[in-house]
Amino acid sequence: MLETIWFVLWGLLWAVYFVLDGFDFGLGTLLPFAARNEAERRTIYNAAGPFWDGNEVWLITAGGVTFAAFPKAYAVMFSALYAPLLILLFALIFRAVSFEFRNKIDSPGWRKVWDVFQFLGNFVPALLFGVAFANLFMGIPVDGNGVYHGNLLKLLNLYGLLGGVFFVLMFALHGALWMAIKSTGDLHDRAVALARGIWPLLLCAALAFLTATAVYTSLYVNYMKFPPLLVFPILAVASLLTTRFFIASNSVGMAWVCNAVFIVCVTFFGVFGMYPALLPSSMDPAFSVTIANGASSPLTLKIMLTVVAIFVPIVLAYQAWVYSVFTHKITDEDLEDEHAY
Amino acid sequence: MDVVMLSRLQFAVAVFFHFIFVPLTLGLSVLIAVMQTIYYRTGNETYKRMAKFWGKLFLINFTLGVVTGITLEFQFGTNWSRYSEYVGDIFGSLLAIEATLAFFLESTFLAVWVFGWERVSKKMHLFAIWAVAFASNMSGLWIILANGWMQNPVGYVIRNNRAELDNFFTVLSNPYAWGQFFHNMFASWMLAGFFVLGISAWHLLRRNEEDFFNRSFKLAAGFTLALALLVALQGHNHGNTVARLQPAKLAAMESHWETQKSAPMYLLAVPNESAEGNAIQAFGIPGVLSLLAFNDPSAEVKGLKDFPKEDRPPVLLTFLNFRVMVGLGTLFPLLAGAAFLFRNRLQDKPWLLKALPWAIPLPYLAIMAGWAVAEIGRQPWIVYGMMRTTDAVSPVPASSVAVSLLAFGAVYTLLGVLDIYLLRKYARKGPAA
Repeated sequence: MLETIWFVLWGLLWAVYFVLDGFDFGLGTLLPFAARNEAERRTIYNAAGPFWDGNEVWLITAGGVTFAAFPKAYAVMFSALYAPLLILLFALIFRAVSFEFRNKIDSPGWRKVWDVFQFLGNFVPALLFGVAFANLFMGIPVDGNGVYHGNLLKLLNLYGLLGGVFFVLMFALHGALWMAIKSTGDLHDRAVALARGIWPLLLCAALAFLTATAVYTSLYVNYMKFPPLLVFPILAVASLLTTRFFIASNSVGMAWVCNAVFIVCVTFFGVFGMYPALLPSSMDPAFSVTIANGASSPLTLKIMLTVVAIFVPIVLAYQAWVYSVFTHKITDEDLEDEHAY
Repeated sequence: MDVVMLSRLQFAVAVFFHFIFVPLTLGLSVLIAVMQTIYYRTGNETYKRMAKFWGKLFLINFTLGVVTGITLEFQFGTNWSRYSEYVGDIFGSLLAIEATLAFFLESTFLAVWVFGWERVSKKMHLFAIWAVAFASNMSGLWIILANGWMQNPVGYVIRNNRAELDNFFTVLSNPYAWGQFFHNMFASWMLAGFFVLGISAWHLLRRNEEDFFNRSFKLAAGFTLALALLVALQGHNHGNTVARLQPAKLAAMESHWETQKSAPMYLLAVPNESAEGNAIQAFGIPGVLSLLAFNDPSAEVKGLKDFPKEDRPPVLLTFLNFRVMVGLGTLFPLLAGAAFLFRNRLQDKPWLLKALPWAIPLPYLAIMAGWAVAEIGRQPWIVYGMMRTTDAVSPVPASSVAVSLLAFGAVYTLLGVLDIYLLRKYARKGPAA
């Protein structure tokens, strides 16, 4: 029971991370396509400004909680996915640095370099998270000793790449909507137009991914066994449709919320499909790391549960407050502030 | 090189690079919070400008601290998966608690501080910087509780082929960890003090913004002196704990080979590991090592020869790093003392104003050396007396680690150079920029 609670929490942390850092990924991915001049580029940077760092902590927490609650899964997962994980970390390093360094030297060439890193630092993680999770859903070739028998190229299979494209589009839509929330004038209109353009692509990718999941993975077995869980994929599609409705009626805030629900449902669709495995082995189901053979001791799980039950709501409360303080439209005055990116 | 050595090197690169940025964060956040509190109380705009100027340097420094911290967390999984599996029950939970309790608070309220000057109330804005200062130091506490557990594992039982938590309170009250925490925290605060003193001195020598930098200097001078003394005191205290709990490390720190009572300290010693002794040792003062280690001049100090060869740490590196740390640690109270003594007539002491900017790198060096003593001195154990480093490494090909090590080296060097360049540039520009 304790293990199952932790499994759900594990999924929840990833879901929150994807919802929050997801729009940062989208903003960065769209940066070269959406912004036409320096003021617009800076608006996009500052749309993520007060948030990206706090958002990234959800990744650290998701990682830390995996380590604490399922140390074996943490160990096998990250040593198996050695290359993609390090690429992802380097991308995140360059993203963070591009925020901080870009405006520190007054030269167009210097800024251009960091714009490239801002793009890569958001696009690459979005893609890799998609590839990695799709491969997890399929199962990865680890043996009974937790030794990985694959390589980076094997992760870039058809289903993995489909997952990658799907994630990139999902976050791009999320970012376009956030851009629309935070901007005015031309940039706002362009952001809405981008959201409209991305939406049908995302719908196709989502449907293709849901279908391919039936072919490449055994995720649906759990759903057949326990049909009420189907609420997640159904709600995912429904919230994606609602997102389109709100884009059409120009309520970008509501559209963003619906897309956030979409992201949560997609994450849980995958997570519940894997249950009780955290890391299914494609070599032999007996080699899979599950909540039964991968969990920490009951004492650690209980202590951690207490910590998380008390502090995660507190964190959510003050982060929500920060969002409420900084969701205003970005004005010229904001960009003139000496601390702005 | 084998995968163990490569992974150790990679971890060393990651941890030392991370620790270029972290200590300044720990201390400077406190100094900025103090400046802003004075501004809040007196309404004196100079203190607001101080908080903003030092805050800008803080931010340039902070970003690299954050991103290099993330890579560290994941390196336990990528490079030390056997370790993670074996001790994750305890070690992993300390890292997770750090993220949940401290790191969220730090990064969220830092954003409030940076972007909130005009958007939140003055009181809330002041609260934000104190939250950052509190959270970054609390973050340090949890990390050191985790490291302290590797140094002195407590509160566990070996069950199900791994170390499982038995008593959480024992883990939290680990005396080794607390000793290490205070030594490290005092050192980090002192480092920030020297940072402010050095940059202020540079400007005072050039008579830039004298009021501004005089106030910064005075604020930092007493602070730095107090902390330089506390570091030394706590260093001695922690040395006692090391002597009690990690006798092999202590022996390596002093290159002390023969177990003896009233052990002398040699002012000059050159270790010769292969000959199991010192190539040169001279100017021994009887009983001093016993006194320093156990506060008793006649106490017995165990020598390296009494440990099996495979249980001895690398002596030369431990010994040298310890000397760098202690040597610099002796210099700091003198330098900080001079700064404090002459704080009201600095313009008469150009030598001091010239010397202090050069002193900025020294605490960094001392802190690096200190961590080297702690980590190299713990070898061959990853968890002291429990798990060997060679048993902790991930089953990944050495080539993967070699490639990633090169990538880390290149990226970190590039970013480090850029970061120091920017820090220097903005430090020189002064508050008017």
